[in-house]
Amino acid sequence: MTNHWVDIKNANVIVVMGGNAAEAHPCGFKWVTEAKAHNHAKFIVVDPRFTRSASVADLYAPIRTGTDITFLGGVINYLLSHGKIQHEYVRSYTNAPLIVNEGFRFEDGLFSGYDDAKRTYDKSTWAYETGPDGFAKIDETLQHPRCVFNLMKQHYSRYTPEMVNNICGTPKELFLQICEILATTAAPNRTTTFMYALGWTQHTVGSQMIRTAAMVQLLLGNVGMPGGGVNALRGHSNIQGLTDLGLLSNLLPGYLTLPGEKETDYRAYLDKRTPKPLRPNQFNYWSNYPKFHVSLMKSWWGDKATKENNWCFDWLPKLDMEYDILRQFELMGQGKMHGYFCQGFNPLGAIPNKAKLIKGLSQLKYLVVIDPLATETSCFWENHGEYNDVDPASIQTEVIRLPSTCFAEEDGSLTNSGRWLQWHYKGAEPPAEAKPDADIVAGIFLKLRELYQKEGGTFPDPLVNLAWEYKTPAAPTPVELAKEYNGKALADLADPKDPTKVAVKKGQQLDGYGQLKDDGSTACGCWLFSGSFTEKGNMMARRDNYDPSGLGNTLNWAFSWPANRRILYNRASCDPAGKPWDPNRRLIWWDGATWTGVDVPDIKPDSPPGEGMNPFIMQPEGMGRLFALDKMAEGPFPEHYEPFETPIDTNPLHPKVVSNPAARVFKDDWEMFGTSKEFPYAATTYRLTEHFHFWTKHTRLSSIVQPEQFVEIGEELAREKGIKAGDRVKVSSHRGFIKAVAVVTKRIKPLQVNGKTVHHVGIPFHWGFKGLAKKGFLANTLTPFVGDANSQTPEFKSFLVNIEKA
Amino acid sequence: MQVTRRQFFKISAGGLGGSSIALLGFSAGDARAEVREFKLARSSEARNTCPYCSVSCGLIMHSLGDRAKNATPAIFHIEGDPDHPVNRGTLCPKGAGLVDFVNSPNRLRYPEYRAPGAKEWRRISWDEAFARVARLMKDDRDKNFIAQNAAGATVNRWTTTSFLAASASSNETGWITHKVIRSTGMLGFDNQARV
Repeated sequence: MTNHWVDIKNANVIVVMGGNAAEAHPCGFKWVTEAKAHNHAKFIVVDPRFTRSASVADLYAPIRTGTDITFLGGVINYLLSHGKIQHEYVRSYTNAPLIVNEGFRFEDGLFSGYDDAKRTYDKSTWAYETGPDGFAKIDETLQHPRCVFNLMKQHYSRYTPEMVNNICGTPKELFLQICEILATTAAPNRTTTFMYALGWTQHTVGSQMIRTAAMVQLLLGNVGMPGGGVNALRGHSNIQGLTDLGLLSNLLPGYLTLPGEKETDYRAYLDKRTPKPLRPNQFNYWSNYPKFHVSLMKSWWGDKATKENNWCFDWLPKLDMEYDILRQFELMGQGKMHGYFCQGFNPLGAIPNKAKLIKGLSQLKYLVVIDPLATETSCFWENHGEYNDVDPASIQTEVIRLPSTCFAEEDGSLTNSGRWLQWHYKGAEPPAEAKPDADIVAGIFLKLRELYQKEGGTFPDPLVNLAWEYKTPAAPTPVELAKEYNGKALADLADPKDPTKVAVKKGQQLDGYGQLKDDGSTACGCWLFSGSFTEKGNMMARRDNYDPSGLGNTLNWAFSWPANRRILYNRASCDPAGKPWDPNRRLIWWDGATWTGVDVPDIKPDSPPGEGMNPFIMQPEGMGRLFALDKMAEGPFPEHYEPFETPIDTNPLHPKVVSNPAARVFKDDWEMFGTSKEFPYAATTYRLTEHFHFWTKHTRLSSIVQPEQFVEIGEELAREKGIKAGDRVKVSSHRGFIKAVAVVTKRIKPLQVNGKTVHHVGIPFHWGFKGLAKKGFLANTLTPFVGDANSQTPEFKSFLVNIEKA
Repeated sequence: MQVTRRQFFKISAGGLGGSSIALLGFSAGDARAEVREFKLARSSEARNTCPYCSVSCGLIMHSLGDRAKNATPAIFHIEGDPDHPVNRGTLCPKGAGLVDFVNSPNRLRYPEYRAPGAKEWRRISWDEAFARVARLMKDDRDKNFIAQNAAGATVNRWTTTSFLAASASSNETGWITHKVIRSTGMLGFDNQARV
């Protein structure tokens, strides 16, 4: 979230789209009802189903699954053609006035530079036109035909209300009503907030759906404002923290990135990640990249990391390609992956196409599962009849299952969706011999290190030299680990204002990432988390809920990254002169000498407004990007592409380019896509209020309130297929089938799309072959093995099925 | 003291017991109310946050057992923390059932091993488990580690074993996991954020 849960109460308009907060994030959703009751907020829900979020909305609009870019592109078109934008904000804080490279094109569904064979783009024309000074050229009057503003206007002129109706199935009048409500927040003192979740991320164009919403918010001047922003409602309790800590194939902690195999020169690696400013007088915060990186390497390899050996740069693995989870299972199926670890992760249910997963896991030499519960993945080799029809004797995978503690049995911090790191405390011992995850990781590591020390082996250097200064090496404590990622001084650090004084003594915890150095005198595991465990103590454990401004910014509750800032980009909540756009919601302001307020200012604290430092400090031009340059795989402007399994067999905008041209599809998976002829219904998966993924079927209460697998269909489809409520039905895709009870509902209505009636089938996914609830089918038996072109997040939300009475 | 005729006979039948309660200065009515003492009055409280969705509601976990030697605390009740600025004491149906997650009969209790082709689990010790996992890792790493690619560049990567990290484990767990996994050169490394 750019903002945070409590801040939702400050919104004037709330859009829940690509999510269903009332059911999936119930206690956060209370801030929507708070905004409705006390801030007279208008609440809009756009969803294929009439969800419980929709049931309390002022306006609900149905939409065909997978078409959100068209809807939001239509909103952009409406805002631009009616002049309903926050003009001063757009001109000053977004890249609307910057000039784009003259080679840039968009024709027939493709941007310039497409390579058909490789399914990738040469992005060299997706750039600004720069002057001899290296700065992007600008036309503040927004008249230049190639300025971002005009290119954007032209791009979205195709997204008319009629086109929205034709692709999304949303009634035109309803769509226009929503546009009108959103447009009211172009006023500087009004805001919309967008709340989305996996209903946006789990599409082959998921990242671009989110970007389209971000563009709407930039045009309305809502980013950085209290009650505004683009708010991801993350799925799990610490998905945010694990992402921040970089536990992804190509990342390092704090959104630093691993080098590719062509980046073996350290200087070149740093230069590429240390951008030059693209406009004058910008903060350009990533210019600090070397400080963050060197401090990380010092944290991992201590004294072994020296300037002479480039801080052990050679010890970092170099990527030849991304090894995301889809790729991992693809390699498993090819026999190229031998070992697999699952720590609190149940991929047999969480990754698409169960048949492919079973095939992959069966080819492993070894599988290690670390979990508090008996997951399906750990038992993939067990025969459970039609729920898991395998032959254990033929599966040669060695499986080791290690019991871990759960939240209640450990101290530690989780990062919520609002970026708050909150400390929690142990309340009981774990069952029998279960151990904390950190002890399990330490146990494996120490044994492995011992083997390398005794036997030698291939390149043991990074392993045997890993810093391991924990009091009990087999059981590092949460406090020791938290202090490590916060960072400390390795030498006395001079006070930047008075170099004769020492600001931080050697060995002391750092106050924040502003103190990091690139000369090896600081160690810090994750720069973003720096400030969370300082000499003053554990900032994440703070429990003062005092809220002096009434805006919900409880600065002394827990720790919010970065720097305890509660609302990101909050410099944009003021006009260029440093005065809050909304005098009634004053977040920060320029007091004549410094930036101050009720949040931690997101700008260089002593940079006067006249200096022209822009609010989006992580960008080299300091501007919110309506044009994404080369950062996205499929284009700098979001474009509608159909799901890989589309019920309409075409893309009405450009029939030759139907689905995302830059999405990666493995050979075998192309053949596993189904067609609308055999599988005519648009299906989507989702979760229920009473269950959490595949965990709560192991708990008694949830298994009582939602004991049995079901699917939802509309009354019209039920009538067509002769299905009554309570019938058992078989739902099949080209990859397999599930059987479940049919719930026939008024909540799903057929939509008219491109001259065709499209029915949706709703598939909650909480059942499996382990647990206390009734046995059921893992819903991913049905879903296609293809991901978003940027994030590789699988397309769980849009695929094709057939349904019949079982 | 209010008693029915039937209770009167019961107390009388108790003889000395009944009358001695009265002699000790409190009535039988009070004594009976004591049987239904508020169940949280003697519990230990620990503050926590819900491990399910990313709202991270504040929790108060109640356990019995005073942590003296041989008195192991056991959590018997979990409720919303009213001081928490986000959830203000509320919990959803999942959160309200958290105590059933902590005490689920499907919690794993011991390290276990499933041999190739086997139909069941076998209990093993932690030492055996760590030794076996480390051996499997080392054998695979030693055999398949790529120090240099075809172009002769130093790449130091290990691509034949992968690691999926948790989504509800703490930042501290995430940090130490990242540190260890990258030190092995592993590139297949992902967490639930991917899906």
